[in-house]
Amino acid sequence: MNILEFKPKYPREKQIMMLLNGDEAVAYATKQSYVDVVAAYPITPQTIIVERFSEFVANGEVHTEFIPVESEHSAMSACIGAAATGARAFTSTCSQGLALMVETLYIASGLRLPIVMAVTNRALSAPINIHGDHSDAYLMRDSGWVMLFVENVQEAYDTTIQAFRIAEHPEVQLPVSVHLDGFFLSHTMENLYVLPDEAVYEFLGGPRKLVKVKVDYFDEEVDYALNPAKPLSMGMLAFYDYYFEIKTQQVEAMKRAEKVIVEVNEEWYKLTGRRYGDGLVDPYAMDDADIVIVVMGSSASTVRSVVKKFREKGVKVGVLRVRSFRPFPHKTIARLLKEAKLVAVLDRAASPGSMGALYLDVISSLYMEKEKPIVINYIYGLGGRDLSPLLVFKLIEELAEDLKRGFVPEEKVVRYLGVRE
Amino acid sequence: MSLKSWKEIPIGGVGFKLSTEIKTGEWRALRPIIDQNKCTKCLICWLFCPEPAIMWDGVKVEVDYDYCKGCGICAHECPVKAISMVPEFGGE
Repeated sequence: MNILEFKPKYPREKQIMMLLNGDEAVAYATKQSYVDVVAAYPITPQTIIVERFSEFVANGEVHTEFIPVESEHSAMSACIGAAATGARAFTSTCSQGLALMVETLYIASGLRLPIVMAVTNRALSAPINIHGDHSDAYLMRDSGWVMLFVENVQEAYDTTIQAFRIAEHPEVQLPVSVHLDGFFLSHTMENLYVLPDEAVYEFLGGPRKLVKVKVDYFDEEVDYALNPAKPLSMGMLAFYDYYFEIKTQQVEAMKRAEKVIVEVNEEWYKLTGRRYGDGLVDPYAMDDADIVIVVMGSSASTVRSVVKKFREKGVKVGVLRVRSFRPFPHKTIARLLKEAKLVAVLDRAASPGSMGALYLDVISSLYMEKEKPIVINYIYGLGGRDLSPLLVFKLIEELAEDLKRGFVPEEKVVRYLGVRE
Repeated sequence: MSLKSWKEIPIGGVGFKLSTEIKTGEWRALRPIIDQNKCTKCLICWLFCPEPAIMWDGVKVEVDYDYCKGCGICAHECPVKAISMVPEFGGE
């Protein structure tokens, strides 16, 4: 297909430009996504996602059942219950709220319920802090949720709609979380293009479609949902005899999600003219790069703008933004990074006693490659500390020196960016 | 009983067998024995059994040993002490 001839189904002139912050963009996307149930608890630190959504409910703009529950634990539990009956369910939370929700996160993924949740990434207490970092996201790393990190408000809107498609794909059937950086995206106004309602409805194929399951006590396959006419038991006991098999199914579904994320990203491109790399990773200036900076979330924009300036000066530096943290695209990342000489992985959360979670995934992706770059870990931006262009400037200069030296001493593999020494 | 592979079972750990196929009576350590001569057929045991594993056919009260877990509530509640709890496996 010639790129000049390509015209999306809804080109920009057919889309509507709005001025929204990240929270409002997610709420607006949810409004258009024909969601049946939203359950949320607005504790501090809450975001205005559900606040704005409750206004849509109050105004009668949506058919959604809004359940104001008494805690985040209950919010996810209500979503699990709703999704188990076949409803399309959504919730949103962040930091302490997500921490309280952890128990039920595993149940949502274990029961294979395609719930979508917006997570406004914020630091965890103590000390009390409501600002943006990725500690809460890393907390749910192994919970079996598909985790997508967005870079800007436009992507927050796009990804929220895509998330329903990914979650409800018959090959996937897993919950999806959309991660937008607290305050950097959640409370920052941006211009964005939104689709007309009918376009989103068409993209999602209307309300949620159920998958079929085969059980011994019905002759035909039945919908995987709680229905008194065709009763099923969900949340059964499975010991050493079946737990392993059920978890293996989950792991395999997560592998298939990788392909589905790529497909949905392409389909979104055909619909709107917007796409984010291949859906899993978003590379920038990577072709001949000696130095590559791997980053997730909103900081990617800052890093990219500084890298652009270095490129103008002839420094061969590139950026690899990871969009899909779970499933982690090990093969894609190995392919993109193996040619580089020096890689810096930026983690916006510390793991006391170990290294950054993103760093560990990146180095394990590269381990099986014969030729591999030196990989350094930078912990940055904890508790919402800004990653300023000046810091990125210093970072790239430091990396250029490392590259010139040709090796990195062991004690300098994990570094802190922007902390007072 | 042969166990199925992960490719053969439905998603989400949904119960694919009838719950009655799972014989929870295997868990029992103490077996309730009803002395039919003492039994007045008041059905208090039938009312209290949490399983419910007390069967009443209109003539005789009996225990469904496939599902009775041996909790002993029936024996405790029986007003005429007609139910005794006997150790399974000969009391060892």
